[in-house]
Amino acid sequence: MPEPAEHPLLAVRDLRTWFLADSGPIRAVDGVSFTLHAGETLGIVGESGSGKSVLAKSIMRLLDEPARIVGGDIMFRGRHLNQLGDAEIRQIRGREIAMVFQDPMTSLNPVLRIARQLVEAMTAHGRFTVAAARKRSIDLLRRMGVAAPDRAVRAYPHHFSGGMRQRVMLAMGFSNEPALLIADEPTTALDVTIQAQILDLLRDLNASLGTAVILISHDLGVIANVCSRVLVMYAGEVVEEGAPEDLLSDPRHPYTWALLHAAPRIDAPLDASERRLATIEGQPPDPRAWPAGCRFRARCPFAEARCAEPPPLSATGPTRAARCWITQDGSSLPPPPRRTAAPAAAAPSAPSAADSPVPMLRLAGVTKHFALARESLFAPPRMLRAVDGVDLDVFKGETVGLVGESGCGKSTLARLIARLHAPTSGTIAFDGQDITTASIAEMRPLRRRMQMIFQDPFASLNPRMTVGDILAGPIALHGLAGDPALRVAELLDLVGLAPAHAARYPHEFSGGQRQRISIARALAVGPELILADEPVSALDVNIQAQIINLMVDLQERLGLTYLFIAHDLAVVRHVCDRIVVLYLGRVMEIARAGDLFARPLHPYTAALIAAAPVPDPRIERSRRRVPMLGEPPSAIAPPSGCRFRTRCPIAAPLCAAEVPLLRPGADGQFVACHFPGAL
Amino acid sequence: MASRLVTACIMVVLASFVVFLIANTVPGDPVLAQLGDLAAANPAVVAAFRHRWGLDLPLWERYWIFLEGLTRGDFGESIASHRPVMQDIAEYGPATVELASVAFVLSLALGLPLGILAAVRRDSWIDNLARMISLVGVSAPTFWLAFVMLAVFYGALDWAPGPGRLDVAAFPPERLTGLLLLDTAWLGDWATFRDAAAHLVLPAVVLASSTLGLITRTTRAAMLDALSQDYVRVARAKGLLARTIVTGHALPNAMLPVVTLGGLAYANLLAGAVMTETVFSWPGLGRYTFRSAVAIDFPAIMAITVIVAALFVLVNLLVDMSYALLDPRTVKT
Amino acid sequence: MSGVILPRLASPGLRWARRYGLAASGGAIILAWLILAGCAPWTAPFDPNFVDVTDRLRPPSAVHWLGTDALGRDVWSRIIWGGRVSLVVGFSVVLLGAAFGTLLGAVAAYARGWAEEVLMRITDLVFCFPPIILAMAIAAALGIGTLNTMIAMLVVWWPKFARLARSLVISQRALEYVEAAQTVGFGPAHILLRQIMPNALGPLIVLITLDLGNAILVFAGLSFLGLGVTPPSAEWGAMVAEGRELVQQWWVATFPGLAILSVVMGFNFVGDGVRDWLDPHARTR
Repeated sequence: MPEPAEHPLLAVRDLRTWFLADSGPIRAVDGVSFTLHAGETLGIVGESGSGKSVLAKSIMRLLDEPARIVGGDIMFRGRHLNQLGDAEIRQIRGREIAMVFQDPMTSLNPVLRIARQLVEAMTAHGRFTVAAARKRSIDLLRRMGVAAPDRAVRAYPHHFSGGMRQRVMLAMGFSNEPALLIADEPTTALDVTIQAQILDLLRDLNASLGTAVILISHDLGVIANVCSRVLVMYAGEVVEEGAPEDLLSDPRHPYTWALLHAAPRIDAPLDASERRLATIEGQPPDPRAWPAGCRFRARCPFAEARCAEPPPLSATGPTRAARCWITQDGSSLPPPPRRTAAPAAAAPSAPSAADSPVPMLRLAGVTKHFALARESLFAPPRMLRAVDGVDLDVFKGETVGLVGESGCGKSTLARLIARLHAPTSGTIAFDGQDITTASIAEMRPLRRRMQMIFQDPFASLNPRMTVGDILAGPIALHGLAGDPALRVAELLDLVGLAPAHAARYPHEFSGGQRQRISIARALAVGPELILADEPVSALDVNIQAQIINLMVDLQERLGLTYLFIAHDLAVVRHVCDRIVVLYLGRVMEIARAGDLFARPLHPYTAALIAAAPVPDPRIERSRRRVPMLGEPPSAIAPPSGCRFRTRCPIAAPLCAAEVPLLRPGADGQFVACHFPGAL
Repeated sequence: MASRLVTACIMVVLASFVVFLIANTVPGDPVLAQLGDLAAANPAVVAAFRHRWGLDLPLWERYWIFLEGLTRGDFGESIASHRPVMQDIAEYGPATVELASVAFVLSLALGLPLGILAAVRRDSWIDNLARMISLVGVSAPTFWLAFVMLAVFYGALDWAPGPGRLDVAAFPPERLTGLLLLDTAWLGDWATFRDAAAHLVLPAVVLASSTLGLITRTTRAAMLDALSQDYVRVARAKGLLARTIVTGHALPNAMLPVVTLGGLAYANLLAGAVMTETVFSWPGLGRYTFRSAVAIDFPAIMAITVIVAALFVLVNLLVDMSYALLDPRTVKT
Repeated sequence: MSGVILPRLASPGLRWARRYGLAASGGAIILAWLILAGCAPWTAPFDPNFVDVTDRLRPPSAVHWLGTDALGRDVWSRIIWGGRVSLVVGFSVVLLGAAFGTLLGAVAAYARGWAEEVLMRITDLVFCFPPIILAMAIAAALGIGTLNTMIAMLVVWWPKFARLARSLVISQRALEYVEAAQTVGFGPAHILLRQIMPNALGPLIVLITLDLGNAILVFAGLSFLGLGVTPPSAEWGAMVAEGRELVQQWWVATFPGLAILSVVMGFNFVGDGVRDWLDPHARTR
């Protein structure tokens, strides 16, 4: 790589940060080198466990025991950060290098006012008097887009939403005009529309203040949105480095290649007959014993004999480098082979309402209001309107997607259908049978036909039961015929696990494997309908692709019907036939996947689509932005009329006065908007 | 807050009912406890005794009489001392309040810094010391510790005065509050003040031992928890001094569980002084409670349990109120 | 691996000892007392109630290891026999209290609604009283005797387990595996007893272990006040009471007190060890 003449702002050389655990060192960061120039935006991407967060903490020297920098060098503005004493590094933290963390909900001290937390960041370095810092904190909040900043500084963190808190964190980060801001997954905990707002802000701050930014993310789209250079990390090493334009269109490391192709894209052509994604085999390696040679070799579809030798990070172009023998000569990697669809007989074409007149699932006016604790003995009871009048049909064999931001009621809706909750009003019918008020005993025979998959692979399996017991329980409960042990082995095989896994406990499995077990449990009773509540949200992109492929396979083999809940639009677009968009407990729009994305009729749908990042900087820069105002209102006191009107760019007086009904538009599309398609 | 107060009062009345039921349905009988065997064998004497103390009335009527008295702050007459129970309590109460308060201040003054230091310097010698102190504090029987302290510091070394609130030869000061330290200071009687203070040292240390252990333990755990939170990492990333992070960020959060425990501990100190008072011949409420329990002195037992229950409810209320001050999240918006 | 400087780590044995050494020694203390007291007829050198006024108040010697009391009884033998009472009472009160409280709290948490409200209000009510005062009142009313004192302690002992069990069940109930079990069709009893309770057991065991020492302490206190055992039975608290005026003959009261201290500390050591072992956060440290 050509070195620019000026000195880099930050030069990391062969950095090794290990966790000195009792059972042996965990080599989280294992020989990372890179440079960063003033004002540059560098993205670091990688899946969990790749070492990207530890790298950031190493630069800030914020490592907790037993993590230690055991080798290498961090040079920042002529100082070796790894050699500084506690007092010296303290003067750099927050003053010259600032950091923003992943979870804004826990990053602010709950018992201190915002003002105090902002002011102390400035006064700690003696650059401002308390009075000046106080004034500046209001200006900073205004700059970060916090409404009514003079009031906001006097508030406590719990008054703020996650997005607002992240703005406060950014204000704190920029308060001392640092030369470098490290943002560690700053938008991962936020909804997609809020994420778009924060990323816009970050880009704008970089451009106007000239602060260099290191943005850490697992999402290539987020990186492409902000960064001018990307570092891809795998197994504690940098495996590829370069401009996002190059990396994301022509990856030269098979891992980058796999990351890029495993994630469904919102702008890819849709093919309902083939929903499988390109994936790579297996799991990331164990950081206690990285594989010899190329660390990606075991999972690499291009691996050759020479990969047994560790490849160096070598230039593959004028401004890029990759750690791979295959592309060392400057060649590109081929695109993933198009998988040929399974035999046509097994692949059901997307069915429509006309094919099967009786829907498998019919919801009419379903509401769920949760009573909240009264504020005092004499206060009126408060209601959280989680789901507020939802009509929905699901037909046999189709996959219906349920999307919306957190708090829109999508998970509650799934739990109402599974009758884990009882609806407040409305009716739910399963295969023509009304189950709105069915008792536990009445539901039991139906539960064989309707099962659920959950979001959190770590909480959804009982840690005290073996996998075999978890799978055999439902079989025994419903008195299914056959040898249970045989059936357990069959189920494990079905989801791609080995029969021997039945004797193990859940904690012995990775997140993706647990999600497979969760799916096997749902399949144990031979259901027809599966309610999948964010089944891939907690997983890394490659594992997510594996699970999506598994679910697609199972649907073809077993003729399943899915109600697929997710917040990731690209995933929903990729796997679903029809999509339902929810906002604050109400349906905004229902349409076939292709139609919804080609011509969204509801402004909320349009805003959601515009906010979803695409892993291609050229597209990211040219895309139309839909301005979405502020934050979602509370479901305790939702806005009158149209629920979306407070954030809608085209809201009119009519929207506040009248609730728009869900009306059929063209070609089977339904929309609840007074001005459909106006945006 | 008003609704909390109403709930609290209902709890106290319910508690009194529970005690009333327990006390009246168990086989113990004040007749046997008060009268000699000879008199207890005489039906006429027993009947007169029962009538005198209202024990011949039906249960509900006796509870009604008790409730009626309660509204006037009158708990009736003690079967054992033949004086109004309130008078007894007024006499013995201050001694216990003084002892418990000094012990409470002592355990806070030592336990808080020790717990904080132990958490900040985790696994250091001070942490080990704090753990040892808290462990011995909660493990040593109070009555035995009292004996050992007396034997060593009074018996063997003669560094501390013996049992009682004052020297046997000293004249107690004019009774204003009944709290000797306050009364003597008010009257300017510094010789008696010193005597009273000296007499307080050993029993207060003994009484404080288990509370000290609990406070140290809780403070340490709460501080460790607070120090592991994300906002502490953010504070470090801001470049704050370690001292500022501990006192300005971790401590305010760690105080929440400590306040809860502290409130309960104070109530328990007041109630749990029985052993200490027995060994140190301390004329307090603890010994009075014990004597009343052994004598099955219904009015006294009822009075004490209602007062103690009220105290617990009050302390809980105070803890909740201080929560509102310490934690902005509990304030309604 | 050039340029890597690894600091020396303590040996695995030393690290184990640092983490579980106290717990192991606590376990050893408890085990020793269980054996000593359990086999009292064989381990005690003398009859604990054998009175010999000619041999009274002897200091510790080769014959009477811990001396003799005011009636010439062997203090060591009485401590061994007294351990029986303490351990039996401690285990029975805590285990029975834990069983009752846990059941109540777990059912309350799982049932929700008015059943929870009523059950937890009752718990709060009992919680209003300091255990020692209520136990004292009840023990006095029931009459002196080990069984009566145990009953009195049981009345005040269960609420803390009810509260802990309730909070544990509530936190487990929020996890998705419980919803998964409901979706499969399991009934409430199966879910509570077979799925949730095994996951709530850890913290309960910690509380039980720590509480055993506490129960022994309270019982010794009641005995000290004369409410525990009927004389002349040997019991640690009562032995301290008998010796508390004998400042010159310090051994009479000191050794039974040390016995209490050792057992209670033993249970605390074990309890802390179990807690650290169950807490993955502390374990990886």
